[in-house]
Amino acid sequence: MKEDTCNDYYSMPDERGHFGIYGGKFVAETLMEPIEELRQAYEKVKTDEKFQAAFDKDLADYVGRPSPLYHAERWSNELGGAQIYLKREDLNHTGAHKINNTIGQGLLAKYMGKKRIIAETGAGQHGVASATVAARLGMECVVYMGEEDVKRQAPNVYRMKLLGAKVVPVTSGSRTLKDALNEAMRDWVTNIDNTFYIIGTVAGPHPYPAMVRDFQTVIGREAKRQILEKAGRLPDALVACVGGGSNAIGLFHPFLGDEDVKMYGVEGAGDGIDTPNHAAPLCAGSSGVLHGNRTYLMEDDNGQIIETHCVSAGLDYPGVGPEHAWLKDCGRANYVAITDKEALAAFHELTLTEGIIPALESSHALAYAAKLAKTMDKDKIIIINLSGRGDKDINTIAEIEGIEL
Amino acid sequence: MSRLQASFETLKAARKTALIPYITAGDPHPSVTVNLMHDMVQAGANILELGIPFSDPMAEGPVIQLACERALKHNVSLTDVLGMVKEFRSKDNNTPIVLMGYTNPVEVMGYEKFAKAAASSGVDGLILVDLPPEEGADLISALKVNKIDMIFLLAPTSTDERMQLICDQASGFVYYVSLKGVTGSANLDVASVVKKVEQIRGHTSIPVGVGFGIRDAESAAQVASVADAVVVGSALVNRIAENADNPEEMSKQVCALLSSMREAMDK
Repeated sequence: MKEDTCNDYYSMPDERGHFGIYGGKFVAETLMEPIEELRQAYEKVKTDEKFQAAFDKDLADYVGRPSPLYHAERWSNELGGAQIYLKREDLNHTGAHKINNTIGQGLLAKYMGKKRIIAETGAGQHGVASATVAARLGMECVVYMGEEDVKRQAPNVYRMKLLGAKVVPVTSGSRTLKDALNEAMRDWVTNIDNTFYIIGTVAGPHPYPAMVRDFQTVIGREAKRQILEKAGRLPDALVACVGGGSNAIGLFHPFLGDEDVKMYGVEGAGDGIDTPNHAAPLCAGSSGVLHGNRTYLMEDDNGQIIETHCVSAGLDYPGVGPEHAWLKDCGRANYVAITDKEALAAFHELTLTEGIIPALESSHALAYAAKLAKTMDKDKIIIINLSGRGDKDINTIAEIEGIEL
Repeated sequence: MSRLQASFETLKAARKTALIPYITAGDPHPSVTVNLMHDMVQAGANILELGIPFSDPMAEGPVIQLACERALKHNVSLTDVLGMVKEFRSKDNNTPIVLMGYTNPVEVMGYEKFAKAAASSGVDGLILVDLPPEEGADLISALKVNKIDMIFLLAPTSTDERMQLICDQASGFVYYVSLKGVTGSANLDVASVVKKVEQIRGHTSIPVGVGFGIRDAESAAQVASVADAVVVGSALVNRIAENADNPEEMSKQVCALLSSMREAMDK
């Protein structure tokens, strides 16, 4: 890649939607004009005071922001190294960071006069967050979910139905998140006149990666203000899990210009990145084109997308947001991977020492931060994005551990 | 003159419209594809569209999705697809072949390597559903060097501005996607197709093909009255799926549909 794109971390995407060589608009012709309309509408609301005020009001009164930045003193002491602060996105309405983005896109859908919302979901968090916003805005909502995930995440399926959404099980391909995305794209191309597609992560064709990032950077802006208040200085490291990468980019982005703040994105290593069973495209994948953008992918030598494996459904995705691909190549952020086993251990550790039940996705970030903290002095600071709560995962964990509920 | 150009000129002189069947390479088994290609030419096909199987065919309806899955069960790769074209060429050096697929397999092979290999196998054109001209500059130039046409799609949502942008880059023919939706959809609106094809002709003099939603002799004949080429895919692939265990019957059914379309189009 051309090195000069790494000079200014706030210069991307360029006007064509590229982050260095990544990103772009790789979609069927039918969608090119609709995504251009979306881009124009988004550009307008970015500087529209009324829109931004409505967004901020919803984040405060409906989502419950700002989310606290919590000093996990007991866990920090137990690890014996750096001081760990948790950005409590788990305390948001609907239990994860996903709602920040669905509020933003929901308001944009309304602004554009769309009557129908579609979304894809893996673990069900983004589906629930989309159904929630649709209920509140009085819009029709259809959520595409892989048949396998429908089985794995029954409580969230029921939640979406209670919220008035229609959940469509997807039976094509591997029947997981990537296939749900394919199916949502097919719906969109068929119903573009009245439908707004709320993508849940910082992937997809331009402008989605930039737009979703912008809606999620509230996490990093708050964290920066909060750590300055609490510790009087910037953190030494940020740690967040990366599936598509929306919670990670939300935390990282406002700190990208602060050169001394190290960043770690944690992918799902499944059984290990030296096995075929993982979900770590940045650590062990290669560049390719899928779902509207060029990025790192899990793919075989023939360019077919391969199935991913991760205990956490939210990280079980073969691609990753293009901005992460670019930050990796620039060397600004580090990408690492944590196995299912390590994530489960961290899940229990945080639950027992701090009384906080984390989502399995976030447990990957916790596990890596625990390793990292041990190598750092006690006066150093790590902020972890605790992107979601673990209530949704207790059935999965009980099943893995052979416990009948 | 390229095979595509020659084919369209011959048809134009005979006042005929090109019939372009689509099948997915390697569906349901790699051993049937080349024979089926020859049979389809016998049944009246003028140009062949051969699908490159992909794990995530986002613009396809269920029929072609399943065709990709059947082919991928046999690990049919882009290299295998080029091998099939080469084998076909040993008996037929005239019928143009257009590959249709998604960007990633081509990108992973490498644009230049693909363009060279495709040219030496006898490929004439390429359609990549998820590669708009905005992202296609590198591939277009690699194809040009190797005299392969990049065939772009136009859609009901394409504005005049986009039509011009696309027609400026297109060669071989342009492919009008006749409806908002995925392949194999049912809601073909012939009147709006007629209008759009006229609009496209205002931007280019190269042939205009129409596909998506053409399923029988009647819809083929209606579209043929305005287009230079009619593409039929899902309706054929359905017949392949229904006779997956019986290649002879499969060919018979596929050719019967093509012959009926040919006949209706030539009336």
